[in-house]
Amino acid sequence: MTSTVEHEAPACGVPSPTGAVLAEGAPVIELGIPVTGGSHQRSTAGTAGLAVSDAERSEKFAQMRAGELGSLHSWELVTAVDGPGTRLTTFLAGCPLRCLYCHNPDTMEMRRGEPVLAEELLRRIGRYQAVFEVTGGGLTISGGEPLMQPAFVARVLRGAKELGVHTAIDTSGYLGAHCSDAMLDDLDLVLLDVKSGIPETYKKTTGRDLQPTLDFGRRVAASGTEIWVRFVLVPGLTDAPENVDAVADYVASLSTVSRVEVLPFHQMGRDKWQSLGMAYELEDTEPPSPDLVARVRGQFRDRGLTVF
Amino acid sequence: MSTTAVPQSGADTAVEAWDGFVTGPWCDGIDVRDFIQRNYTPYTGDSAFLAGPTERTTGIWAKLSAMFPEERAKGVYDIDNHTPSTIVSHDAGYIDQANELIVGLQTDAPLKRAMFPNGGWRMVEKSLETYGYDVDPEVAKTFTTYRKTHNDGVFDVYPPNVRAARSSHIITGLPDAYGRGRIIGDYRRVALYGVDALIEAKRVERHELDMEPSVEDIIRDREENAEQIRALQELKRMAATYGYDISKPATTAREAVQWLYFAFLGAVKEQNGAAMSLGRTSTFLDVFIQRDLASGAITEEFAQELIDDFVIKLRIVRFLRTTEYDNLFSGDPTWVTESIGGIGEDGRSLVSKTSFRFLQTLYNVGPAPEPNLTVLWSNRLPEGFKKYCAQVSIDTSAIQYESDDLIRTSWGDDAAIACCVSPMRVGKQMQFFGARVNIAKALLYAINGGRDEVSGKQVAPVSAPVEGDVLDYEDVAAKYDKLLDWLAETYVDALNCVHYMHDKYAYERLEMALHDRTILRTMACGIAGLSVVADSLSAIKYAKVTPVRDEDGLVTDYVIEGDFPTYGNDDDRADDIAVGITKAFMEKIRRRKTYRDSLHTQSVLTITSNVVYGKATGNTPDGRRAGEPFAPGANPMNGRDSHGMLASAMSVAKLPYSEAMDGISLTSTVVPSGLGRTKDEQVTNLVGLMDAYNVSSGYHLNVNVLNRDTLEDAMEHPENYPQLTIRVSGYAVNFVRLTREQQLDVLSRTFHGGL
Repeated sequence: MTSTVEHEAPACGVPSPTGAVLAEGAPVIELGIPVTGGSHQRSTAGTAGLAVSDAERSEKFAQMRAGELGSLHSWELVTAVDGPGTRLTTFLAGCPLRCLYCHNPDTMEMRRGEPVLAEELLRRIGRYQAVFEVTGGGLTISGGEPLMQPAFVARVLRGAKELGVHTAIDTSGYLGAHCSDAMLDDLDLVLLDVKSGIPETYKKTTGRDLQPTLDFGRRVAASGTEIWVRFVLVPGLTDAPENVDAVADYVASLSTVSRVEVLPFHQMGRDKWQSLGMAYELEDTEPPSPDLVARVRGQFRDRGLTVF
Repeated sequence: MSTTAVPQSGADTAVEAWDGFVTGPWCDGIDVRDFIQRNYTPYTGDSAFLAGPTERTTGIWAKLSAMFPEERAKGVYDIDNHTPSTIVSHDAGYIDQANELIVGLQTDAPLKRAMFPNGGWRMVEKSLETYGYDVDPEVAKTFTTYRKTHNDGVFDVYPPNVRAARSSHIITGLPDAYGRGRIIGDYRRVALYGVDALIEAKRVERHELDMEPSVEDIIRDREENAEQIRALQELKRMAATYGYDISKPATTAREAVQWLYFAFLGAVKEQNGAAMSLGRTSTFLDVFIQRDLASGAITEEFAQELIDDFVIKLRIVRFLRTTEYDNLFSGDPTWVTESIGGIGEDGRSLVSKTSFRFLQTLYNVGPAPEPNLTVLWSNRLPEGFKKYCAQVSIDTSAIQYESDDLIRTSWGDDAAIACCVSPMRVGKQMQFFGARVNIAKALLYAINGGRDEVSGKQVAPVSAPVEGDVLDYEDVAAKYDKLLDWLAETYVDALNCVHYMHDKYAYERLEMALHDRTILRTMACGIAGLSVVADSLSAIKYAKVTPVRDEDGLVTDYVIEGDFPTYGNDDDRADDIAVGITKAFMEKIRRRKTYRDSLHTQSVLTITSNVVYGKATGNTPDGRRAGEPFAPGANPMNGRDSHGMLASAMSVAKLPYSEAMDGISLTSTVVPSGLGRTKDEQVTNLVGLMDAYNVSSGYHLNVNVLNRDTLEDAMEHPENYPQLTIRVSGYAVNFVRLTREQQLDVLSRTFHGGL
């Protein structure tokens, strides 16, 4: 029962709808480049419509180990984010990173999710097959971090491929080692979040090491799987030119990257940190200025990348 | 079977007018569909061929645009307070006589409104007073002393329970003081056959009627037939005041548009119907345009000019209405709905170049709410047309979409939308417009033993109110079922009274002259507040709901503990409740006998009256506060649909069309950036979404592509947004012409940032 008003893109960076008037008086609605996108701004929706498992605790553990059961935070049907077409994006609970700017801190811990059976999720995927077909969409597993639950993800991906559904995961790559070659075979697209390019900055931003992400991206590229890279631009944290250069150099070295999305930081996640009783360090951080966003996008573009 | 056209008197002219057309059954009897099917040219390309506005078009629109600010400020530009409107009541009127390609106005000057007292004198009197015009005593005397009105008739026959239900706002918006509208004359017939042939055909029908014994139904049919013929003769006289003889078929594209427009103009001079829809004219007109283009008689630029000029005329249809009426149906709507596109029964697309030309008017003369351009969408439509529609939606928000697949399989491929979502076979079907009942209020009546939760009055028959501390689902559901029995009975009772009197005192002579003799009539009932009811029953079923009673024992509020599923998240637990209520009420309606044995249908549509219904309804068990607006149409409640726009739409798509054949309305607003990174991607994604809703059996979709900032700025600076058009339940309005309350309601509705 939460409002989705917060999904709305913040005004910054969007050419202001000036109501410029044509000769005939028609209002011109400028089509701005989205300044937000991806899972970072959502996951308020919950698991409505999915049956939640009521198995005993011990049985649950066994099912989770076998990948039959996952901890699911929420799902949404989305368009124009999280991959091509209209997608069923499922947010899994649990993440090894502690990004300072996280918009969904309520997905950090696995215990905050609801236990949902893989077959239940696959039923929902099947329900939207016609939608995926006509929109060129598919399934995106996001989080949290999907690779926290590799057995569950592997099972769902396999099931989706058996249905002929386009698949994607949205991952930081930190747990890339959990992604088996078989899983990679079942993936059509990897949304790779490269949170910084300098190891120290990465550590400061996420609390973890950069190297696993770099390794995973290279492995994905080597497998020929398409990659969309995402980089969250946070003033004073990730915006240093050399940090961005490092990300951009790395991304340019991956042959299967088809687009880069620079996502300007916003404060829509702030309330969640408070309601979870967690300390939020970016209280006073402002969203990046349009100039800064343009500079950073330019750094990627300079390397021949398609950037939004 | 259609009636026989006998164009004998002008046989030679007809043959000449039809030169180059493929002949068929349409030549021997009135059969416009057959003419279209044999003669139209499907167009599968893109929009590159379209022409922009000419100086002439821009000049005419500028003249009118200069008049709009005054009209907006005063509420009306001008009123003729002396001459009640008829087909021939006024002299010819022009915007810019030397430059108009298509001529004809409702009165002798643009934007000057006329009186239509047949619906009810008080409405006219009140409107005149509101806008500061004198009441002509002669006219007042005529319609209070000598001539009974529809409104007088209805109140002569309403039983007390209908009056009570009406004044307590559980049955609302009944067309008992205004024209019912939602009748589409087949205006194309005038262009294809000429008026003389239509009169001849009506005379043949009369001969058939004369052979029947004179029982009540037949006597009424004969009188109606006589009035229809009279109206057709008046139509010819009206055209003659503009220097045209429309007794014979149109011979050119320009004449075809002009003849068709004259027919429509006659209808809006005779009737102040709530919705005066145009039908499905674009591909029909395309046949004439195509013929003239092929012969080199006209250019693409001229073809577009014809459509632009025609559309300008449709934009300035005006009626004199009261402010109360405006609160219910805001923005001065006329619902000149034109249905475009669709797939034919033979599988060919019905999209023609003129389908594009109609949409192109939104660029050439800017966005506008009227005519209400409605695309009959199928995922089988040609890709080029789909993309153009999506592009126009993104740029103007001025199109609505209805499922061609649901409409075609029920009503054939020559059906059109009347008003917002009501489909009907053109010239073969009409509806008795029934407005709607407030089923959320009905739930509160069930809880309170038939008493009104606001006034405390006993409105429905006395029944046992709920007892105890916690609402029990089975108990409330059973009580609600009983209450709905009463509501359905009272409702159909009211509608039978209304339409009996409308036929008697405000019969649509010309519109019905452009129908076959034997037509299907539907009794179009409607429900408002479906999402409130679904969520309320879900709360009672899945959470703990404790009623709060006032000192008289009336339940006036509810305390909800725990979570409950809500309608709008593709969650069957809540959605099944909405489906169940829709089916149940339809079933109850079907049990009642209808006037003229009309076919029972219902709609899930509120137009903008969701605000007014909400205002009249107390606290509800879903947590909605008293006075808060309902969601529009079949929309989920604001902000409770949290799984994305399409998941929300999927819930709505579960409502079975077979149980709501008068239409199911869904309005969605999205910020442009929520559709994609580039314009191309936005267009592709919007096409995909509409295809997705279409293949999921979704019926109707209003798409607004707008920034919240734009709307807020428009509220502050209306003068900068004279043409800002937004879609609300079933139609489009000028945003700046909404009341402030309605503007705020639009703003508070869910904006889907990501779809």
